[in-house]
Amino acid sequence: MLRILNLSKSFNKGTENQVDIFTNFNLTIEKNKCTAIIGPNGCGKSTLLNLISGTFKADDGQILLNDKDISNLTEEKRALFIGRVHQDPSMGVSPTLTILENMSLADKKGEGFSLRRLVNKDRIPKYVELLKDLDLGLENKLNTQVKYLSGGQRQSLSLLMATMKFPDLLLLDEHTAALDPKTSHVVMMKTKELIEKYKMTTIFISHNMRDAIQYSDRVIMLDQGQVILDKASKELTEEELMDIYRRKLDEHLLH
Amino acid sequence: MKLLLTSVEQGLIFGILAMGVFITYKILDMADLSVEGTFPFGAFLFAKFISLGINPILSTLLACLFGSLAGLLTTLLFTQLKIRPILAGILTMTILYSVNLKINGRSNIPLFDYDSVFDLGSTLLVLIIIALLVKVLLDLFLKTETGYLLIATGDNEALVKSLGENCNKYKLIGLMIANGLVALSGALMAQHQGFVDITMGASIIVVALASIIIGDTIKKKSSLLKSTTRVIIGAIIYKIIGGIAIDLGLNPDDLKAVNAFIVIAFIAYNNVALDLFKFNGKGGGVKNVTNTQPVQELQQRY
Repeated sequence: MLRILNLSKSFNKGTENQVDIFTNFNLTIEKNKCTAIIGPNGCGKSTLLNLISGTFKADDGQILLNDKDISNLTEEKRALFIGRVHQDPSMGVSPTLTILENMSLADKKGEGFSLRRLVNKDRIPKYVELLKDLDLGLENKLNTQVKYLSGGQRQSLSLLMATMKFPDLLLLDEHTAALDPKTSHVVMMKTKELIEKYKMTTIFISHNMRDAIQYSDRVIMLDQGQVILDKASKELTEEELMDIYRRKLDEHLLH
Repeated sequence: MKLLLTSVEQGLIFGILAMGVFITYKILDMADLSVEGTFPFGAFLFAKFISLGINPILSTLLACLFGSLAGLLTTLLFTQLKIRPILAGILTMTILYSVNLKINGRSNIPLFDYDSVFDLGSTLLVLIIIALLVKVLLDLFLKTETGYLLIATGDNEALVKSLGENCNKYKLIGLMIANGLVALSGALMAQHQGFVDITMGASIIVVALASIIIGDTIKKKSSLLKSTTRVIIGAIIYKIIGGIAIDLGLNPDDLKAVNAFIVIAFIAYNNVALDLFKFNGKGGGVKNVTNTQPVQELQQRY
């Protein structure tokens, strides 16, 4: 379970350009559930993920992951508990290295990196099995450099690498936004399969209302750093969600 | 024949230098200019140790070890004091200029009266053994967990962080190894030419980059981990070209400009000529990728 207590974050603090993104923000994310966070641009979605992952440091407040206070841990330390897939497919992989080498790196996460040989041939069947689950034919391309993969293949590999060691929390930051609709659907289906198979606690940011309802257990809408909607996905329809979203956008345009 | 032999010998020495610069320039994607100070630093350190009566092998190794501290200084400057890496390298180079003058209290030291590693056997053989040893050790290192994280740090820092690792640690390791190799190269050059001079590091970065770029040009299809071989071959070719130029009557004063023109020519060949004239049918794009199989598979799929 993730608990965010009295979280505050401002940018350009102390200047005339100060922007208060969150002020005493509170949120609880249940364990083994997938929570979608939606909202207009600038509402604080990505900032929230960056605060949870440690990319940004909060001005105030606490972040508790499974009752452990991670607020003062560096981004690298938090990464040992948190998996993240970014919007840019190239952010989760090393393009110069092969699929096998990338997976071997992800496989060593949390075990410490030493002067041992990285690629362990005994682990290859395991990687092949995981790649077969993706159903993209990547299991036949273990020795292909990742830079030669398509965006969808890279993002699927990033997802696999981020979830390989079963993180306590998985953050998906609009991870299908840079993909075409067909590939986006394939990656979303793979994401859903993985999350359900391993019952991973997931926060998933999206601009796609249908995806938010279809692939999550709970939908939260943020606006100006506040939760303005918090409902179980099955109680929501796409039209209802679109309606609220449009109203919020109109309000922003009017002000 | 003597010219060819000297060029190959110096090429092997510069091959070690280029392997060091390869780590920063190609793997970490950084322009570490401190090598202009580290190369003579290795030479001056060797001169100091050998003049203290330490045997030449140990003196060379100590020069390599202490030379790696230049990498430590540069890394501290850009990771802890947030100085831009290129400026951090220039600052280290500037500091080393004064340090080099202080080490022996002179700007030029003849070494003819001292033993050298080349007393162990034929100069060429000794250099081949040292260059191969460095190449094999570097190749082995790049296949370790730490080595792969060094490559990943240059490739994508976000990935390294997501693996729970601190990128600065790998930059430090990379820069220390790189500067250690550059200092080793400087120590060997001092023994090869029989003297140490404060100017011996001037424009040495161009020599290293030329070796890397020529190496890239001649064997484009090699994988990243075999780049060490390409770098050594590149350095030897570079020295042979320079040797021939001098043999044809080029004024040694013009050599630095010629060095720069060699680099420009090879970069232009890589960047422009291949695209323009499609030499050897390699016009870039899918035709020119290292591993064409996945591209063909992708083309069939989509």
